[in-house]
Amino acid sequence: MDDVIARLECAEHPDALQAVIEWLRDYYSVDDIVYHWVSSNGDQYGCGTYDPKWVARYLEKGYLRIDPVVIGCYQRFHPVDWKRLDWSGKAARSFMQDAAEHGVGHQGYSIPIRGPNGQFALFTVSHSCDDEQWASFTELNRRDLILLAHYFNQTALKLEPGRKPEPTQPLSPREVETMTLLAVGYSRAQVAETLAISEHTLRVYIESARFKLGALNTTHAVARAMARGQIIV
Amino acid sequence: MIRYLYGDQLIDHPKLAHTMFEDRAGQFKTRLGWEVQVNAFGEERDAYDDLNPLYVIWETAMGAHGGSMRFLPTTGRTMVNEHFLDLTDGVPFQSPFIWECTRFCLSRHAEPGTAAALMLAGGEIMQGFGIRHFVGVFDARMVRIYNRIGAAPEVLGTQGAGRQTISVGLWEFSEAAQKRVSQVAGIPLQSSRDWFEKSFGDVLPQQDVSAA
Repeated sequence: MDDVIARLECAEHPDALQAVIEWLRDYYSVDDIVYHWVSSNGDQYGCGTYDPKWVARYLEKGYLRIDPVVIGCYQRFHPVDWKRLDWSGKAARSFMQDAAEHGVGHQGYSIPIRGPNGQFALFTVSHSCDDEQWASFTELNRRDLILLAHYFNQTALKLEPGRKPEPTQPLSPREVETMTLLAVGYSRAQVAETLAISEHTLRVYIESARFKLGALNTTHAVARAMARGQIIV
Repeated sequence: MIRYLYGDQLIDHPKLAHTMFEDRAGQFKTRLGWEVQVNAFGEERDAYDDLNPLYVIWETAMGAHGGSMRFLPTTGRTMVNEHFLDLTDGVPFQSPFIWECTRFCLSRHAEPGTAAALMLAGGEIMQGFGIRHFVGVFDARMVRIYNRIGAAPEVLGTQGAGRQTISVGLWEFSEAAQKRVSQVAGIPLQSSRDWFEKSFGDVLPQQDVSAA
């Protein structure tokens, strides 16, 4: 998984996103994973594992305006299980039927992301299984999926033509100290004591540094901070 | 009851929205003397209200505002990262698992238990959306109330003096804390869960969805 994130980060072409998303689908053993970008003027871009016939049909039918997932997630920032969306309208129901006929699973978990200047993206995992299995899958994996969703969007933004690359997010001096002490093998309690902060505050520093470093866990974050030269041990 | 409403949903609840912004003017401008803007309608609104935040609002039996707070993800613009970095050791908090909570406000007529009910709702958000921490900007004197509720923040830093004392702090919730807060609020955990589900869509059993 660490490799996959590194591949995302050094992606120079949208094809790399497609390769990563296919890898993730296999890794999680789910039917499909899709990344869908909608800019404020309605432009769409995406990559994912849906049947290309379904993607073509989606565009041809203008489903963007009907899709309860897009409607329910647009302008939101909380992750959504498809079961919580409003599928009651006639158009939504026929859309769902069409999707099912094109092999889209009936379980889904979508993570909305708000990017800069009205950019909006959705990262969706979908599958066919019963409710109980789906609930335990999302409960187990949602945090990683939420991080992946954000890392995907950062990469997609970076690849957008004409966009200046965002500078690497610097760590604040406090975060550098935190990561450095973790890197030399201090326990969390020892780091907190050394920095004269509580373990709760330390957890928040680590959480934040981890995201800035594009990492899935603390070990990975420490490794990346070292690799990027943001900390020196 | 508690309602969870995004900024763009307030239009469907005009009375609730107006009384919330009015009570915010009462609390932050009139009572605390903070440097906030109050518009011609007597409402306190700031730039972060324009970012379509998620509001958690206690609605009274009369359909008016009893208390509220406002959430934004720290992956986007936040007040704490733009105005209060000196209180966080210079660390800009940024993570999809840390949400910012600001404008914690109680109506002058708030019933006892309102603050606890809001805290209970904060716990629902954490559980429901996988959030680990809230970073909050609040009237420093609220700490006493938070402590009494059993949902004490860890204060990172404080600035200003007297009524204008502002603190930045962190919250996290355990299940045990949720139970405690539920007792103080006088609201069963199940009711709190039901309000959350009502706002974010009831889960349909799978067979209903596939039959649709």
